[in-house]
Amino acid sequence: MMKLINLSAIYTLWLRETKRFLRAKSRVIGALGMPLMFLVFMGKGFSKASLPGLPQGVNYINYLAPGIIAMILLFGSMFAGISVLWDRQFGFLKEVMVSPVSRTSIVLGRVAGGVTMALSQAMLMLIASLVMGLKTTVFGVLSSLIFMVLLSAAFVGLGLAFASKMEDMHGFQMIMNFLMFPLFFLSGALFPLSELPVWVEKIALLNPMTYGVDALRATLIGVSVNPLAVDALALIFFCTAMVGFGAYLFESVEVD
Amino acid sequence: MSAIETNDLTKEFDGLTAVNSLNLKIEEGELFGLLGPNGAGKTTIIKMLSTLIKPSSGSGRVAGYDIQGERDKVRQSIGIVFQDISLDTELTGWENLDFHARMYGMEKELRKERIAEVLKLVSLEDKADQFVKYYSGGMQRRLEIARGLMHYPKVLFLDEPTLGLDAQTRHVLWDYIKELARREKITIILTTHYMDEADYLCDRIGIVDYGKIVVLGTSKELKEKVGEDLISLEITGRASSADSVFEGLDGVLAVNIHDNTVDLSVKNAEKRIPLIIETSRRAGIEISSVNMRKPTLEDVFLHYTGRTIRGEGASGRDMAKQDMRNRRQLWGGRKK
Repeated sequence: MMKLINLSAIYTLWLRETKRFLRAKSRVIGALGMPLMFLVFMGKGFSKASLPGLPQGVNYINYLAPGIIAMILLFGSMFAGISVLWDRQFGFLKEVMVSPVSRTSIVLGRVAGGVTMALSQAMLMLIASLVMGLKTTVFGVLSSLIFMVLLSAAFVGLGLAFASKMEDMHGFQMIMNFLMFPLFFLSGALFPLSELPVWVEKIALLNPMTYGVDALRATLIGVSVNPLAVDALALIFFCTAMVGFGAYLFESVEVD
Repeated sequence: MSAIETNDLTKEFDGLTAVNSLNLKIEEGELFGLLGPNGAGKTTIIKMLSTLIKPSSGSGRVAGYDIQGERDKVRQSIGIVFQDISLDTELTGWENLDFHARMYGMEKELRKERIAEVLKLVSLEDKADQFVKYYSGGMQRRLEIARGLMHYPKVLFLDEPTLGLDAQTRHVLWDYIKELARREKITIILTTHYMDEADYLCDRIGIVDYGKIVVLGTSKELKEKVGEDLISLEITGRASSADSVFEGLDGVLAVNIHDNTVDLSVKNAEKRIPLIIETSRRAGIEISSVNMRKPTLEDVFLHYTGRTIRGEGASGRDMAKQDMRNRRQLWGGRKK
């Protein structure tokens, strides 16, 4: 029987994605562009503004930076998951699917690769935030990494789920506009959710990003809405569910 | 043990039967060709045998393993070269092979050794460290064949290995295929709709039409089944009266007349031509040209299916695939 979790295959898949990532420098820089502009222009533009709902003594750049880091994790991870479609279109998926490696291992390899990519982009954004004036601690950065991994893995899983059901790249723009942006705006990344109507705030409770942003604030700047344990549990739940969902749908993928 | 054995293997897509109760037996070490027009079901057969899709009914064994019950063992025992390129063009040739070897669980030392070996077999040693996107179509094909051989498969599937390649590249590729069949001592199953390809490469050929193998044998056997040599006479004026002239002539087995052409099925044609010309002259039939040929696989195909293999144009699906290939090249060229 084929091993369900084949570590060397997972490593192989990870290695391939990492190589491609390191070579596609323009893509990496391109992906950083928009979040960086959010960070710079909103951070600078609102630096003196007093936003209602902002915790006492927290200036906007400190509030914004964790949100933008979560944003890049969301976009980077979803994109990594959906990029299976590229492999399908370029035929490489067949090479993967016909190898004696379980689908579960293929999904885990993909998740490992996607998380690595999204995390390195997030690290670059963290450096940019420090330059912009973010105040944090080494311990804060290290503990935030755990939550970044959880958040990223969840969205790679979701991206994979979409990729398993989509035939081509055409639906990608729709997912960008009708899923990723709402997830981003409804997460408290830019402003406190308490300023939104109550029913919208309720919806935001179903958004994994909400907990991701909150957990990153808790670890990086020491301010959060929920206790960190709540965020942690929610993220673990979403991560397991979404990777599981992605793996489940990927199982049924047939290539031709 | 046979390399491949199928038992009423069938695949239906939405009520359409792509492969119809296929019973096929291929021996170890054979170079076997599935020859048929586009849409005949060749690729579907390969996909079932390689565990990519599940049969609707029936069963099959590859290298002794059941294609449904022992998929992993089947996968470990086969190599495939797909109809469309399935390489990672952003990686180098060497990296593509390395990826494959790792996925198949090969140890480091063996991996290195084998990569060098297969690269040499397809003469790509010098190009190993170049990105695959800079390879020509023929080089990509060769790399895919090398990759299919990496993990010492017992059976190698080649699905339309020379589709879309120019004539010169095709001949080069044929020689590689012949060479590896000789050196690697594996069973090779290839699909093609090129008659010359099947004729040149394959030990045995199965002609596939509408999901069934209509006839099977060596190229020589198949041609013998169609029978005799063919002499075509082009005649000035109508040929309708020629019927009685050639009918019953020594060695002439059948006469076929259309417009101003007379087709004669003849035994040992080269020896009969003088007699035929002599007879024509005496009957007052003026011959403007004579053409003699041995039966080809094209004739075999015509004989068994009633159609020429090029009879139908490319199907919509094939055109979509061609379109895909073109677009891919566009992308490949644009991306940096």
